[in-house]
Amino acid sequence: MTPEPIETAASPANITHHILSVLVENKAGVLARIAGLFARRGFNIYSLAVAPAEIHERFSRITIVVDADSAPLEQIVGQLNKLVNVVDITDLSPTDAIERELLLATITTNVDVQTNLMEVIARANAAIVDVDAHAVTVALAATPQACDDFERTLAGFSQVELHRTGRVALPRLGRPANPLAE
Amino acid sequence: MELTGAQALIKSLEMCGVETIFGLPGGAILPVYDPLIDSPIRHILVRHEQGAGHMAEGYALATGKPGVAMVTSGPGATNIVTPIANAHMDSTPLVVITGQVPTSSIGSDAFQECDITGITMGITKHNFLLQSAQDIPRVVAAAFHIATTGRPGPVLVDIPKDVAQSTMTWWWPETIEELDLPGYQPTVSVNTKDAKDAADLIAAASRPVLYVGGGTLKSQATVELLAFAERTNIPVVTTLMARGAFPDSHVQHLGMPGMHGMYTAVMAMQRSDLLISLGARFDDRVTGRLDGFAPEAKIIHVDIDAAEFNKIRRADVTLQSNVRDAIVALDAALVTPPDLASWWTTLRDWQERYPLAYDEPENKGLLRPQAVVEAIYERSAPGTIVAAGVGQHQMWAAQHWKYESAGTWINSGGAGTMGFGVPAGIGAKVGRPDATVWVIDGDGCFQMTAQELVTARSEGIPIKVAILNNAYLGMVRQWQEMFYEERYSEVYLSPDLPDYVKWAEAMGCVGLRATTPEEMRAAIDTANTINDVPVVIDFRTDSSEKVFPMVPSGASNDGIVVHHSQRDPS
Repeated sequence: MTPEPIETAASPANITHHILSVLVENKAGVLARIAGLFARRGFNIYSLAVAPAEIHERFSRITIVVDADSAPLEQIVGQLNKLVNVVDITDLSPTDAIERELLLATITTNVDVQTNLMEVIARANAAIVDVDAHAVTVALAATPQACDDFERTLAGFSQVELHRTGRVALPRLGRPANPLAE
Repeated sequence: MELTGAQALIKSLEMCGVETIFGLPGGAILPVYDPLIDSPIRHILVRHEQGAGHMAEGYALATGKPGVAMVTSGPGATNIVTPIANAHMDSTPLVVITGQVPTSSIGSDAFQECDITGITMGITKHNFLLQSAQDIPRVVAAAFHIATTGRPGPVLVDIPKDVAQSTMTWWWPETIEELDLPGYQPTVSVNTKDAKDAADLIAAASRPVLYVGGGTLKSQATVELLAFAERTNIPVVTTLMARGAFPDSHVQHLGMPGMHGMYTAVMAMQRSDLLISLGARFDDRVTGRLDGFAPEAKIIHVDIDAAEFNKIRRADVTLQSNVRDAIVALDAALVTPPDLASWWTTLRDWQERYPLAYDEPENKGLLRPQAVVEAIYERSAPGTIVAAGVGQHQMWAAQHWKYESAGTWINSGGAGTMGFGVPAGIGAKVGRPDATVWVIDGDGCFQMTAQELVTARSEGIPIKVAILNNAYLGMVRQWQEMFYEERYSEVYLSPDLPDYVKWAEAMGCVGLRATTPEEMRAAIDTANTINDVPVVIDFRTDSSEKVFPMVPSGASNDGIVVHHSQRDPS
């Protein structure tokens, strides 16, 4: 059974997407403030990743892939910047950013598909991270496009489960990011 | 100095200059009410928490200082949600203290627990859930800093009972840095290049309009506005939130724009080639149908909040600044104001053809509500403060009263909160006790919050309330008459139930009734001589009266409907 997606979201390849790297104070409820803002203003989040920031433990970095068709980027950034806990917002245009995402998938194996599956895994530079008599779990840390491709290929196999983290991103070296707000 | 959290909270409020708190105690906030007895802060005990919130708003709008309200957890907190949302929409500086269940009980569905920081996340500028008593001075100071700087707004501080009961070592943050708000930098300064670009647009304009919004009052820019308007001879419109920012008596004032604006104010914006928006936000009640709004106008958008830029209407030049600094910068950058002689000819022609109109004031049957507003204006002291609820009476009060100075018009603009008038008027009177305060209310609105007149009587706050009693939810009735083929659905209230005179008397107020123009004038004069208790006058008005002009909902402003006496026979 394929789990029903909560909301059908187009792949960022097909939408005008922007990556906002948002530095926030690491305080209770800050994620709810951001999610609530997006919900009440009708801005679409394609993916979101949160982790402690590099500079200081009191900050976290939230990488939000936004659908810039749902609202002008200027509006999204302007409203986001009004949140008191938001310290800094950087717009990473997809062409100027290095993006990575982690995909984990468990696939049922049997003699019929084994060889084929191994080829697919090797071609994608994915790694087998767990295995038992009936299934393998593979991991791929790659660009979102490569993860998209790999996910499509895996659709031909009997999948048990597939998870993706949503992307994180940094500006490409030599191409300074566009600091939108301080 | 060792203090309890409760003592620290009251002391912090004193440090922030708080003179008055509007509130109502309850279980979770009990500890904080104890040190209040020993504080010089005046506490006004309301009869419903919504009243506390609107009073704090009225206080803030009349004085320019932040309003403060304090209530308990759970239903006390949810009852003040409407005023918080109202203050958020109208950018009114408010600090709301709510009690909370002890930290150990949070999340357990304890008695009178509710997640008020969660509930108010989208309707506050910011909110805090206090975690420790030591943090109280910083959080209270931060709450006032956030509420009053940048674009003002409501800030909520939730204090769990155990935090109020625990002890702390007193300290007070002396610098902004100690407030620990790394993500909050409200100070902006005008970009001189942008000011130059804006001045160039002004110099080149032939049909400019100063579109004055509430931000002009918030930044206390009325003196600068007057000087700039007079130097440039540019016509002025003041939005519902900006009534009083520019004198209504001034020859350059075209009046209020919008759905029930003056014809000339609406059409001046429609035909303008340059709108200079000063702390306004292109609200749908001003623009009408957006694709038909001011089609030829370039836009200079001045706002302290950058998120307002290009939200509704794309601007040609944006100036992120408070309105006062922006006007000063525009004035400095503008070398030669444009010649507007032909624009004024057009405007004066409209003013002559389409003044504010209603049927003859000396109505044989019931009173004209517009005539009541005008009579109160004529018979009351200059500088009288008017507070209104929401609906027809609010529009008549905005149209037919002459506002000459800041803080004389107090109303619920963005949220449109019925019942705002009586408590907001009480708050205004507390903030400016020397001013006469008239609440111009509707019968529907009055019934929502009238119990606060008990507060007014017991606390010695002598406001005057004019109920324009047309026995209907009048604005809804007007829409049903005009757009629903006179199918009146659930709008009739009865003129006699309740008996407003008896109700006023039961609340310790003077109750009067006026049905004829003579009674109307006599009742107003009587009310204006009573200065010790609140007065309520039940004015019996004609329910068929409608607010004109009107831009029908969803229509372009070009479709403005004027009073029937001004319509073409065709």
